[in-house]
Amino acid sequence: MEWILQPWPWHISGILIVLIMLFLIFLGRSFGFSSNLRTICSACGAGKTAKFFDFNWKSQTWNLLFLVGSIIGGFISFQFLSTGEAVQISEATIQDLQNIGIAAPEGLQPMEIYGTESAFTLRGFLVLLIGGLLIGFGARYAGGCTSGHAISGLSNLQLPSLVAVIGFFIGGLVMTHLLLPIIFS
Amino acid sequence: MKALVYIIAGTAFGIVMAKSEAISWFRIQEMFRFQDFHMYGIIGTAVVLGVISVALIKKYKLRDFSGNPIVFSPKDKTWPRYIIGGTFFGLGWALTGACPGPLFVNLGYGFFAISIAILGALLGTWLYGLLRDKLPH
Repeated sequence: MEWILQPWPWHISGILIVLIMLFLIFLGRSFGFSSNLRTICSACGAGKTAKFFDFNWKSQTWNLLFLVGSIIGGFISFQFLSTGEAVQISEATIQDLQNIGIAAPEGLQPMEIYGTESAFTLRGFLVLLIGGLLIGFGARYAGGCTSGHAISGLSNLQLPSLVAVIGFFIGGLVMTHLLLPIIFS
Repeated sequence: MKALVYIIAGTAFGIVMAKSEAISWFRIQEMFRFQDFHMYGIIGTAVVLGVISVALIKKYKLRDFSGNPIVFSPKDKTWPRYIIGGTFFGLGWALTGACPGPLFVNLGYGFFAISIAILGALLGTWLYGLLRDKLPH
């Protein structure tokens, strides 16, 4: 049982993600996480402000339950399935990140971004808020996120999904190589 | 009862994402710097097995648990939305180190600061809904 506490290898993760996608497909649903953001907006009454949110959001309750499960999964992983050791990223990444002012991993996340203390600084707050804003705006604009496009869409050989994934990488590379050094230096 | 099925599926998803470190900002940085295979391995394995599974479901016209035919709806073939929207998404993904699923898994993991990003993601989604008719798709 020791292995369960260690980080899981990529092939185990990839196989399990497909099994979860297939499970949802055989339940008559589809695997796409970011739709939940639209559903939550709609449930909060955004339908009064834009017709994009004026739909029967209760039909998406199943996906909201999946979202609740994902929070529980994070909690279980932290409480019972983790040793709290640092993420074993490559030496080259550690070096690159130190050059832009992010310390080597001591756990799962960098405290410069995920720490409560940094979230209460102006820069820390804006990084999280604007980062989230880009994710939400971009996911809906592109019609899906990593699960909907990179996994579900590519599995169904959808060219639009491949274009979206290329977009994900354009944005990700620009942020990583051009903007992060400015933001954190 | 049916509700529990979805909660369990979501819980499994959360555990897989957390235990394979796919929710880690460091892993996403490593991916966007092409310095390790880990994230490519996860997504690549999922896509290869996904392509095979979907092809088999179509070939054998499999039905879901309720006996209904399984239909895969094709994405609309209009291009600007995917490349522009995708780029916005990628900027946020690399900045926060999380896509929508991991935002919530991280919250469960105890990184409460990420709730600011979740709030941002909801605002971003709302903003898209408000601007939708003015944006090129």
